[in-house]
Amino acid sequence: MAVRFLYPEFEVVRNQDRCVACRACERQCANEVHRYDPELGCMVADESKCVNCHRCVSLCPTRALKIVKTDHAFRENGNWTGKAITEVYRQAETGGVLLSSMGNPEPYPIYWDKLLINASQVTNPSIDPLREPMETRTFLGKKPGGIQRDAQGRLINNQTPQLELSVPVMFSAMSYGSISYNAHASLARAAQALGTYYNTGEGGLHEDFYQYGPNTIVQVASGRFGVHKDFLEAGAAIEIKMGQGAKPGIGGHLPGQKVGPDISRTRMIPEGSDAISPAPHHDIYSIEDLRQLVFSLKEATEYKKPVIVKIAAVHNVAAIASGVARSGADIIAIDGYRGGTGAAPTRIRDSVGIPIELALAAVDQRLRDEGIRDQVSVVIGGSVRSSADLVKAIALGADAVYIATAALLALGCHLCRTCQTGRCNWGIATQRPDLVRRLNPDLGCQRLVNLVTAWDHELKEMMGGMGINSIEALRGNRLMLRGIGLNQKELDILGVKYAGE
Amino acid sequence: MLKEGQVRIPSGCAISGIFSRKGSAISGERIIRSIAVMHDRSNGLGGGFAGYGIYPDYPDFYALHVFYDSQTAKQECERYLERYFDIINLSKIPTRKSAAIVDEPLIWRYFVAPLPHRLSDSQLDEREFVARRVIRVNSSIEGAYIFSSGKNMGVFKAVGYPEDVGAFYRLEDYAGYCWTAHGRYPTNTPGWWGGAHPFALLDYSVVHNGEISSYDANRRAIEMHGYRCTLQTDTEVITYIIDYLVRRQGLTMEEAARVMAAPFWDTIARMPQQEREEATYLRNAFASFLITGPFSILVGFEGGLMALNDRLKLRSMVVGEKGDLVYVASEEAAIRVIEPELDSIRAPKGGEAVLITLDAQKGGAQ
Ligand code: SF4
Ligand code: SF4
Repeated sequence: MAVRFLYPEFEVVRNQDRCVACRACERQCANEVHRYDPELGCMVADESKCVNCHRCVSLCPTRALKIVKTDHAFRENGNWTGKAITEVYRQAETGGVLLSSMGNPEPYPIYWDKLLINASQVTNPSIDPLREPMETRTFLGKKPGGIQRDAQGRLINNQTPQLELSVPVMFSAMSYGSISYNAHASLARAAQALGTYYNTGEGGLHEDFYQYGPNTIVQVASGRFGVHKDFLEAGAAIEIKMGQGAKPGIGGHLPGQKVGPDISRTRMIPEGSDAISPAPHHDIYSIEDLRQLVFSLKEATEYKKPVIVKIAAVHNVAAIASGVARSGADIIAIDGYRGGTGAAPTRIRDSVGIPIELALAAVDQRLRDEGIRDQVSVVIGGSVRSSADLVKAIALGADAVYIATAALLALGCHLCRTCQTGRCNWGIATQRPDLVRRLNPDLGCQRLVNLVTAWDHELKEMMGGMGINSIEALRGNRLMLRGIGLNQKELDILGVKYAGE
Repeated sequence: MLKEGQVRIPSGCAISGIFSRKGSAISGERIIRSIAVMHDRSNGLGGGFAGYGIYPDYPDFYALHVFYDSQTAKQECERYLERYFDIINLSKIPTRKSAAIVDEPLIWRYFVAPLPHRLSDSQLDEREFVARRVIRVNSSIEGAYIFSSGKNMGVFKAVGYPEDVGAFYRLEDYAGYCWTAHGRYPTNTPGWWGGAHPFALLDYSVVHNGEISSYDANRRAIEMHGYRCTLQTDTEVITYIIDYLVRRQGLTMEEAARVMAAPFWDTIARMPQQEREEATYLRNAFASFLITGPFSILVGFEGGLMALNDRLKLRSMVVGEKGDLVYVASEEAAIRVIEPELDSIRAPKGGEAVLITLDAQKGGAQ
């Protein structure tokens, strides 16, 4: 039926004058777009399979390739866009839920880009980080409510367990399964080199990575995949995943074809079976249940590790966070609606949840209004793209940020948003050994270290510019921000003044 | 135009302080002479003083100094005070008319003690009870502002050059064991007397030179503990932090200094174990009260005085000694003018707290 035909989204443009038919693109493309045609004596392409991941483009030795968006179009329609129309065709065809991956790509406002950072002039000197100490070390965990002294009057260390970060950036949860062994190896090693943490995600911890335990956050999600005593004890902290920004309200789904022997062992599920985590935790139907899980995990690990509760930024996030803060959690992680995912129903990814900037501002303010901000640290994620976003997040009130998409980009991801197919040409979101091999963990680790180090430098420069020489003086310092292009309601929620005020 | 508190006004400044370890009475005239030398460090838009031991006749009563914009504000505030306190003496604070000081509000002084049944009903300790009443008046009675609320101490401040402010309040008629003074250089015109320094709560008073970059982080942290920063000034937030750390948390002044001007992590790493653990604990447990950006402050409290610079020492401050007298000022000249022959003079390092207490109460003044 002719209506089945969907015009390819991208066109593969090959400069035949440059192409030497070395067939590198053919070998590189797991989507099997390129093919050598012996009759024609040249390379040809089936563009309908192309996802625009740039693998062939990046490896073409003669720079003969480029991928362009097709200019083939439906009749212009502000309402029924080409995307809306093709999605209807696709669902009429399959009867299925549309799937996609990575973060929400729709053109909603990006509040980071509507916030501007302050600098000192005249009344207060800026500080040069090359000449003066500039501190970005961060501790995550509860603050003690009051001091205690011993018989000699010396202060007793009555702090509960803390995470110590050399820079306020951590790698957020990505499971082994959704991403490859080599991607995990890169993250684990980089976390260790940087003095920060990476997160196992909900897929358990491969036995090879137990050595990175002191820099690992182990995650307990609704499916409880790979959760056992040694796993809990291996990490520096335990994260309970209640929600994810990309898909609030639903669980995860790892297709059976990604569940090979290694993943089956790590997740403790049969080989080849779909790993489906339920939407809720079936032992948490309310806040008091969460408290029980928090304390069960603390009991199991003898109160030696902080517990993080990760929630998606949804409408009522401030009230939820305040409940979580009272549940015994040491750290709240909030994931915004632009947070990435290995696979999520498109409609949920693109329409559920709220921006992390607003969620963070609301949560931080609510916790302060209730006088409980010191009982928890707040970590945010869901599209922190640069050190400027990082500075703004901390000034709005975050203790630290989680990055994942930026980390994958550093590993080579080109944001083609087809992780769910398992054919990631960059060796990241795949379990195919030939593809996984493309990601060299030595290089991957180095690139992650470079990225975070660069951000740390920029963070220090901006702090110095504001006359601030320690990160705690930036945290929640909203006077260092001004809004631009925002309405009064947005300014009120963000708790910032307008530029010029 | 917006009043101080509705807008945040950065300022440059001069500070000076004198302290007699033996507790001898020093005339207010001396501190005026000292701060007057630094005339150019202020611009006539704010000056003030704090004196300790100046009310020997009423040592056990809280001395409330209050600015009123109107008679109505005064009536409302007095009604409020009468509900909570036994007022044993009230009067106008004596002033001397001068061309240099204009637009004065009504300035009143009350010696008070909390009404015993009110105090016991509140289940608070006495100082907390008084602090809450003061914060309440300042944040909710329009046109009334309690700018001094300690025992046997008092703050005197106005819009003007500090030497004119001192003359206006007839400070030569007061004598105490400790004085601090402040001359202000705000970058725009606060027409309101309450914004001048010192800022005080109970017996804590702070004069400050600098502009802290951590302001909003500190403000939002301290407001979680029941304080309201109505003035949006650095001194206000620093005073509340000291009150919180020392009075409410029970830290010593030195420990509070280690929170506000915490040593760098590198420095902490080089400390002997016990000191290192303590410094790490303080820095971590009270992280939101780290103050960054330039400051030199003098913190007056009952029986003592603390001088502290920010950890990079971005503002000048020197300490001189002669016999039992200790002098602290932004500039050495401000000390030499009243004590040319010093036994010693030095510039404390950034973050190094200089704590001076009465000999009679060695070992801390908390
Ligand atoms: S899918 Fe990637 S590798 Fe394959 S043709 Fe498209 S851009 Fe090239
Ligand atoms: S991880 Fe791979 S599949 Fe996923 S968006 Fe990036 S390049 Fe594409």
